Amino acid sequence: MDGSDLTLLNHRNSNEEPVIALAGNPNTGKSTLFNALTGLHQHTGNWPGKTVLHSRGHYVYQGINYTVVDLPGTYSLIANSIDEEVARDFICFQKPEVTVVVADATCLERNLNLVLQIMEITSQVILAVNLMDEARRKKITIDDKELQRRLGVPVVPMEARQGVGVSELKDTIAQVIDRRIVPHPRLVRYEPDIEDAIALLEPQIIRALGDGISARWLSLRILEGNLDIVKNFLPASLIKEAV
Amino acid sequence: MSHQTIKLDSLPLSIPKLERAPHTIADSIVRSIYWEAEKIAQASTSCAVEARINWDRKIDDILTSRLWGFPVMLLMLTGVLWLTISGANVPSELLATGLFWLHDRLLDLFIALNAPHWLTGFFVLGVFRSVAWVVSVMLPPMAIFFPLFTLLEDAGYLPRVAFNLDACFKKAGAHGKQALTMCMGLGCNAAGTISCRIIDSPRERLIATLTNNFVPCNGRFPTLIVLSSIFIGGTVAISWQGLSAALSVAAVMVLGVVITLLVSWLLSKTLLKGQPSSFALELPPYRKPKIGEVIIRSILDRTLFVLGRAVVIAAPAGGLVWVLANTSWGDTTTLAAIAGWLDGFARLMGLDGYILLAFILGLPANEIVLPTLIMSYLAEGALLELNSVAALHHLLVEQYGWTWLTAVCVMLFSLCHWPCGTTLYTIKKETNSWKWTGMAFLLPTLVGIFLCMAVTFVVGL
Repeated sequence: MDGSDLTLLNHRNSNEEPVIALAGNPNTGKSTLFNALTGLHQHTGNWPGKTVLHSRGHYVYQGINYTVVDLPGTYSLIANSIDEEVARDFICFQKPEVTVVVADATCLERNLNLVLQIMEITSQVILAVNLMDEARRKKITIDDKELQRRLGVPVVPMEARQGVGVSELKDTIAQVIDRRIVPHPRLVRYEPDIEDAIALLEPQIIRALGDGISARWLSLRILEGNLDIVKNFLPASLIKEAV
Repeated sequence: MSHQTIKLDSLPLSIPKLERAPHTIADSIVRSIYWEAEKIAQASTSCAVEARINWDRKIDDILTSRLWGFPVMLLMLTGVLWLTISGANVPSELLATGLFWLHDRLLDLFIALNAPHWLTGFFVLGVFRSVAWVVSVMLPPMAIFFPLFTLLEDAGYLPRVAFNLDACFKKAGAHGKQALTMCMGLGCNAAGTISCRIIDSPRERLIATLTNNFVPCNGRFPTLIVLSSIFIGGTVAISWQGLSAALSVAAVMVLGVVITLLVSWLLSKTLLKGQPSSFALELPPYRKPKIGEVIIRSILDRTLFVLGRAVVIAAPAGGLVWVLANTSWGDTTTLAAIAGWLDGFARLMGLDGYILLAFILGLPANEIVLPTLIMSYLAEGALLELNSVAALHHLLVEQYGWTWLTAVCVMLFSLCHWPCGTTLYTIKKETNSWKWTGMAFLLPTLVGIFLCMAVTFVVGL
């Protein structure tokens, strides 16, 4: 992606209309939540240059107009597929004011992988634990306070099909945006040698790019040797392997 | 940020070299994330002990087991087809009776208005008649099959099908998700072709695209169903007719799957060499389907959509057939002349010239193959009224000498011939290559010609 693409992506009506991204694994009721949030105020289209369908919708809460973007359902952001790439790029480049990760309460563990990965890119994350009714039926109880404490981001239990938790979510989104709630994601700690390398890379990236992008996340991608991702952010001439 | 990066060429990053290879770093990163997710999930989730009976897993143990996976799949397939076939008969007859009653009234009206012969012929005997055929033959099976199929989809059974078939596709050098694209193809091959996008590797996506046509789409289903109920169902006792027809359609579909696997294997050994890539397939939890939504969605989105397309294409095709049958070429009609010209080759395949011509005229949409064929037979033959399956049997057998072998060859060729126009157009758009579009045309056609000739030859021995 070259500079002109980025300009295009960054061009949007900024502060007065906050953008909310909906991320999550497939089959978590993400679309149900999207519909519950936006009602009929939505339209679908293709991502620019991509062949993945996306939906965009609006809702008004306490006088503010919010734009909601339904990202493709993915299990991770490693970008093995076009869907993952689209979701990742949106969070990285469009920088939605808040990213709501929708999780399936009946298999929280698998869903948390994505939550942890997204928290590395942006701190503005809310976890919506959906399908609480189904979890209850399966006799699974979820301690949302404990979950919130361990993740460091707001957690909203939901039953989107029944509309339960939708207004709580809207309220939490509003509070995160006007900074009445400030999420402090507790990030994954990696093995010592990796952490050491991150410590070396992070300041360089911040110096090069400012704090527009999560330097920790980008450091990890560089360490993995995933230069394709890195090239989206840095011109190739910038990358020089130390001997 | 976008502009800053460009100015920063003077600031190269120095990347620390770790003791281990990059891919083991990636593994370690993923592992750390998984451990963390596990730790957090365990700390914040608790599960009542007795609820440990995991029904989903129990059901999965049966539906995806080595022993039961395939029999259950076949049972489901036959069951859905049986419900479709036995359920569609009565409404089909009713619709046909109603529409042909209307047909006669229209005819009366045109005559009363003193309309010229060609106008009456073109619009009533051509356009209206073929539309009536398409509606009465196709609507009932679709209105039953699609909701049933959507129910299975909604309940979460389709990913299990992909899971069961995964090993087969791996062996064929193709992608396990191809099973899902085939399920989509069952509805419509154009939709199936688009759904191949879920396969990430270009090589495997191409295999899935090229072979998608071996799944009989909804446009070909009615042909299969009608023919099998006339010829195969008719050979057994009344009470078993629905079931044996369902079994034979199921057999045709299984044959389609086998051909898909064989052709995929051939492609991955020749034109599209490579190793199958691995993927994670999630088996989503079983959910109680929302019946109302299923019915509305499958009727509106699928049934009416497909039917609408069929009608739009059948109408001009019906008109064309009437024109061909009513213009002359030498001392015979144009239709008969073309059919006669095709007849020699068609006979080798167990068909006749009219059948082959109907398949060719059916290029815009498979839905109209059978109606076109009936139209051409009717335009040529003595029978003018045709409003029941029994009358169709009479027309095919008594007047045009069909045998069960003809029916089998038509069914085989219906399964394996060129994709319809819409599908070809979609393949061109998806692959962006005339070469692969041509390939998608030739592959099934050649397979079909070979199969029909082989069967005809073997039976003739």
